[in-house]
Amino acid sequence: MASSIRVRAIANGETTDVQTLIQHPMDSGFIKDDKGAFIPAHYIKELTFEHNSKPVFIADWGTAVSKDPYVKFAFKGASKGDDLKVSWIDNKGETDTATFKIQ
Amino acid sequence: MRAYRALLDFVGRAGRLLSVRFLLISLATLLLAIAPASAIADDADPAKEARAFQNYFFKKFPNVKPDDFANGPYALNEDMRRQWEEKEQFPPYEFSLEAGKELFAKPFANGKHYADCFPDSGIGIRQNYPQFDGKSGKVVTLELALNQCREANGEKAISYAGDDMAALTAYMAFTSRGKPFDIKIPDDPRALEAYEDGKRYFYTRRGQLNFSCATCHVQNPGERLRAEVLAPALGILNAMPIYRSEWGNMGTISRRFITCNSQVRGVPLEPQAEEYRNLEYFLSYVSNGLPISGPGSRP
Amino acid sequence: MRISLKTLLRIGCTMASTILAGSAALAVSTEADFRQAYAAADAAEKQAGILRNQWIVTEAALAEASRAAGKGDFDQAIAAAKEAEALAKASIFQATGEKAAWKNLEIRP
Repeated sequence: MASSIRVRAIANGETTDVQTLIQHPMDSGFIKDDKGAFIPAHYIKELTFEHNSKPVFIADWGTAVSKDPYVKFAFKGASKGDDLKVSWIDNKGETDTATFKIQ
Repeated sequence: MRAYRALLDFVGRAGRLLSVRFLLISLATLLLAIAPASAIADDADPAKEARAFQNYFFKKFPNVKPDDFANGPYALNEDMRRQWEEKEQFPPYEFSLEAGKELFAKPFANGKHYADCFPDSGIGIRQNYPQFDGKSGKVVTLELALNQCREANGEKAISYAGDDMAALTAYMAFTSRGKPFDIKIPDDPRALEAYEDGKRYFYTRRGQLNFSCATCHVQNPGERLRAEVLAPALGILNAMPIYRSEWGNMGTISRRFITCNSQVRGVPLEPQAEEYRNLEYFLSYVSNGLPISGPGSRP
Repeated sequence: MRISLKTLLRIGCTMASTILAGSAALAVSTEADFRQAYAAADAAEKQAGILRNQWIVTEAALAEASRAAGKGDFDQAIAAAKEAEALAKASIFQATGEKAAWKNLEIRP
């Protein structure tokens, strides 16, 4: 099964620019299905980016974030070739994690 | 006084020369005016109409490069373009595109594949659809062709507005990216009739809101409808299927036609209804020459 | 001039019976009346369907008419059915008019 996490991390001098696309339904719990029943809330609660085992970006999410979320941020202190580890955990306790090389 | 007399002389002489010709011309005009309707329809020139259609938009938006019309509202709004270009680095349709590639490669129960139903194994052919099928006498869209392929191989048809059809057409569009629309109207009165029917549908007002497709996409491209920027009709199918943020997923041409109908409070027709196929035929034909930009993403 | 009690009574009775008659007429919206109104609306909507030009609001009004009738509120049901009929007829008018009017929007060479 393909990972739900897609990352593009590019080192630009001091700064590393990171873009991420995560496949997740991010159901708010307010939407009804065809039969009129509420689709239960199912959303990422915490998203973490780690460089050298140190978290460089942590997102605390809730139901306001849309499906298949896209994140873009930049951080200092990394170099080309370094590893960037991305992991998330959702409200059902499901998780996913992946590691990418900074280009 | 002398000039006046010279003028009279001239008119007199010209009159004598032209009188017969004048009579013939006026007679011909009268005959044309009462000519039967079919004679006029035979003069219908879709190629000329397509050129006029394109020129209308080229004139309306002189700073837009012709090919850029395939990018819809992004060609007309700088801020939206900037956001879209950023997102294209990591497009929201990526997941659907990958799913489409897998679905396309998956064999049917009888061992055959979608590739067996299409020329060039179905790769890089999206720009040739819709096509007029002389045998059945109707317009065949890519979506219809995919389901025809399924049924010919013992599989059940899939929903025209569903995720799988969107994923499949997304993949096929992707393999044709950059290729110009190349829709043909063969020398068959039924094909011309289908084109005319699609054209008529496009310009006809419908729904309680009394809008036609043209009301938004010919008269008001670039303007806002609530929070959206309206796309020009030229090139409007080039980016299909689209990942629409409003839908939160990928949607087919069938789905878009249906939702456009209900948005003007008209009861939508069935997916792949004859009117819809003819509409797609017309809209694709008048965008001939513009590149396929699908799959696309829209707000 | 003093109005006699008899006259007053007579006037009062006339008024009362008029009012009673009036409300009696209103109260006589029967299921039969509803069925007639609904049939007319339904026929018009079917005609609009043949013209491939039905409106969502017409369907909603028809559904509202059925719903109200199901609850026994025939006054409301008839009102909704009449609204549906008017909407259906408007959509027919639109389709008929557009048969020629569409050309006004056409981009021509």
